[in-house]
Amino acid sequence: MAKKLHVTTTINNESVEFLCEARHSLLEVLRDRLELTGAKEGCNNGNCGACTVLMNGLPVVSCLVLAVEAEGAEIETVEGLAGHDHFLHPLQQCFLEGAALQCGICTPGFLVAAKALLKKIPNPTEEQIRFNLSGNLCRCTGYDKIVRAVQAAAEQMKETVS
Amino acid sequence: MSTPPPSSEPPVPQYKVIGTRPIRHDGVDKVTGKAVYTGDIHLPGMLHGKILRSPHAHARVLSVDTSEAEKMPGVHAVATSADLPGLKDQIVQLGEGEVNLKYLGANCLARDKVLYKGHAVAAVAASSLEVAEAALSRIKVEYEVLPSVTWCLDAMQDAAPVLHAELRTASMGENSDKPTNIDAHVCFEKGNIEAGFATADVVVEREFKTASVHQGYIEPQVVVADWNQDGQLRIWTATQGSFTCRQQTAELLNLPVSRVTVTPCEIGGGFGGKITVYLEPVAAVLSKKSGRPVKISMQRNEVFEGTGPTPGSWMRVKLGATRTGRLVAGEARIVFDGGAFPGGGPILAAGCMCVFSCYELEHAKVEGYNVVVNKSKTSAYRAPGSTHVAYACESVIDELAQTLKLDPLEFRLMNAAKEGTRRVDGPVYPRIGLIEVLNAAKASEHWKSPLTGVNRGRGIACGFWFNAALKSSCTANVNFDGTITLLEGSTDIGGTRTSLAMQLAETLGIAAADVHPRVVDTDSVGYTDVTGGSRVTFATGLAVCKAGLEIEKQMKARAAVLWNVSLDQIKVENGVYSAKDRSVSFKDLAAELSVHGDPIVVSTSVSPEGSTNAFCVHIVDLEVDRETGKTTILRYTVIQDAGKAIHPSYVEGQMQGGAVQGIGWALNEEYFFDSQGRMANASFLDYRMPTALDVPMIDTIIVEVPNPDHPFGVRGVGEVPIVPPPATIANAIQRATGVRMCELPMSPPRLWKAMADAH
Repeated sequence: MAKKLHVTTTINNESVEFLCEARHSLLEVLRDRLELTGAKEGCNNGNCGACTVLMNGLPVVSCLVLAVEAEGAEIETVEGLAGHDHFLHPLQQCFLEGAALQCGICTPGFLVAAKALLKKIPNPTEEQIRFNLSGNLCRCTGYDKIVRAVQAAAEQMKETVS
Repeated sequence: MSTPPPSSEPPVPQYKVIGTRPIRHDGVDKVTGKAVYTGDIHLPGMLHGKILRSPHAHARVLSVDTSEAEKMPGVHAVATSADLPGLKDQIVQLGEGEVNLKYLGANCLARDKVLYKGHAVAAVAASSLEVAEAALSRIKVEYEVLPSVTWCLDAMQDAAPVLHAELRTASMGENSDKPTNIDAHVCFEKGNIEAGFATADVVVEREFKTASVHQGYIEPQVVVADWNQDGQLRIWTATQGSFTCRQQTAELLNLPVSRVTVTPCEIGGGFGGKITVYLEPVAAVLSKKSGRPVKISMQRNEVFEGTGPTPGSWMRVKLGATRTGRLVAGEARIVFDGGAFPGGGPILAAGCMCVFSCYELEHAKVEGYNVVVNKSKTSAYRAPGSTHVAYACESVIDELAQTLKLDPLEFRLMNAAKEGTRRVDGPVYPRIGLIEVLNAAKASEHWKSPLTGVNRGRGIACGFWFNAALKSSCTANVNFDGTITLLEGSTDIGGTRTSLAMQLAETLGIAAADVHPRVVDTDSVGYTDVTGGSRVTFATGLAVCKAGLEIEKQMKARAAVLWNVSLDQIKVENGVYSAKDRSVSFKDLAAELSVHGDPIVVSTSVSPEGSTNAFCVHIVDLEVDRETGKTTILRYTVIQDAGKAIHPSYVEGQMQGGAVQGIGWALNEEYFFDSQGRMANASFLDYRMPTALDVPMIDTIIVEVPNPDHPFGVRGVGEVPIVPPPATIANAIQRATGVRMCELPMSPPRLWKAMADAH
């Protein structure tokens, strides 16, 4: 058995240590070792975006990130979106209210990618939303309600800030 | 948006819950990452399974030597088809569709032959995925490679390689005498087409081809099986039908169904592709042999290569009309491939029934063939068969309208099927909504607005799907806090927990949030057929409404006892029970149940018959890039008869999602096969499904022509929106470029070539 490597990282604002083999992906460690199963495996080769997490604020497909690359990084997963006392992130709330999910398997990836988008572009155009979410596949919704939910969340977050 | 029914019909009832847009009951779990899909299940001691798959499209399996793999440390079990019981040549009904056990078993683990690249040959359960993968490479399989065939017309030739030596064509109750790849032959006829075409002033006849496409659900097939030492087999899986999964698994393992418990986890899309079992029996065998729970997850290439795509097809459609625009006769010849195993007859038959289903046609003949080829066994895909034939028929309809210089919408309206129209396969339509849908399309802003610009075109097409009914059950427990826990067996793919809870809430006059719907395992609710055929909101909805009425009856009886009045004095309105000067809310009356009398628990079952008949019309505006052949969708509108939209947001979601799947089918999606018959593009990178950037907003117009067979008028909405897009887009491309595209997908290289050839 390959030698295990020790990794110290931050996940959803908590310091986390884990052991992994050099070949393990971040997705495998999140799901199989750390019980963070919110990130989903849809293709395991970076094409579907269901495993999207934020790494140092940028969206990455965690199936293509080696777990050892998480050393010293800040990771955020869908589990980190909601706050305490049943507070949901505006994106989560808008996805619910706008019926922007059907089967839900792609939803965590979309939420995380959309969070990164709104941080980069707080007031995105429809085109910018579509472009920035084009690495996330959804087979159920046809994207319409997802795009609208992101628009609604951007609106809400603008109000919260001002 | 909804369209009022004609004034001759009864007024639309006023609902409190139905037609509103509450947050779905499972929503929070799905936006927080807490929802449990099968891949998220981890049992103590669980082993990881992997499947060894055929590298060849067609080969005889001469030997399988697993001895080296079995010796590897960490390997706990190895399975081959020898571990599955000998399976009878027997057809089993699975609710929506049927299956021959012999073929179903040989698809899960190949017997004497592999019939497609990716066909499962053996399986390993090991302490880790890495060990399982290493063990697969130690299994020695000796193949004798055979010639392969992947295109349906090639497979029909006398010289074609024969996949199944025992196969004979079933036709009109007779079997052919020679080995063949033609599995089924169907024929429907009404009137006299020779006489019909003789009265036509214009006849258009065209041939069409469509490539194999995949359902493309984002969650791969995954299963956990735990065959306990007490003989009970427990399965957690991503399935559209827990009871169907239980039955297939039990039959393949020679177990009574009651020895198998299937827990349907949250399911990451299905679209018809998660009805057939692939992994369940294999994981079960590995679990039995190892004495441990076993999980098997497919990788994406295994999903593409080893699970049911939809048929590839060849079709010829001929239609005749009079100068004034009346359709007089139609003839269609349809060939579908069924993939590697016989059993594609029902999808073929559906296609044959659907081809002329939107029109009043006095004389028609449809002949169809289902053919086995060297690709994964096809399975249902959203309105299975109807998208293919609508592409053919609606393209010819459009060309007829052009030839007759008629508006394509008016031409469809003049000939639209309506109540009393007899379909070519026999059934006479009850009240249907195609004319209302066409009128709503005509009145839409989209249709009325002008389209300008070069290389742009507008297209329109109709679609039909039967929608299934089948069997459903539910159990409703009245809680003492005035809420109801609703146990149901319909796995929820697109929001059906909520559409069912809303129907129960409406029936009882309580809030949707006061019903807690739970999808439970096969031991915890009555038999329920698959989530398929757009049937859940309709049929499980009927069971739920029946439960609501029974709860109300028992609650009235309880109020009568409490107040010491006769039952007929109890009135119920909006969830308030009253008699004379006394009244009590459902909630307060439920609280009394904790003190007085028996708890109220109601279980109901239904088995409605027939179909609920969904129709839709799609309109597209698009632009073609003449340099590259790329088509850009500029605007898209879906107009559909929902009967009654219980939760309009999720009805719109079905319409939008179906349309975009259809757009993918029309423009890009395609199985490529290499010269050896092996799929060459088994990844989401190379099998190009639409992304957010490929489509615009999808506008929706919900039309409501109530289904008389449902208390709220529900028809079912899930499948029909995938039907019109290829034809709608082909018709628009024709208007944009002058080129009639008769092959799917209308991908950039194919459209570019067609435009070049036309000049």
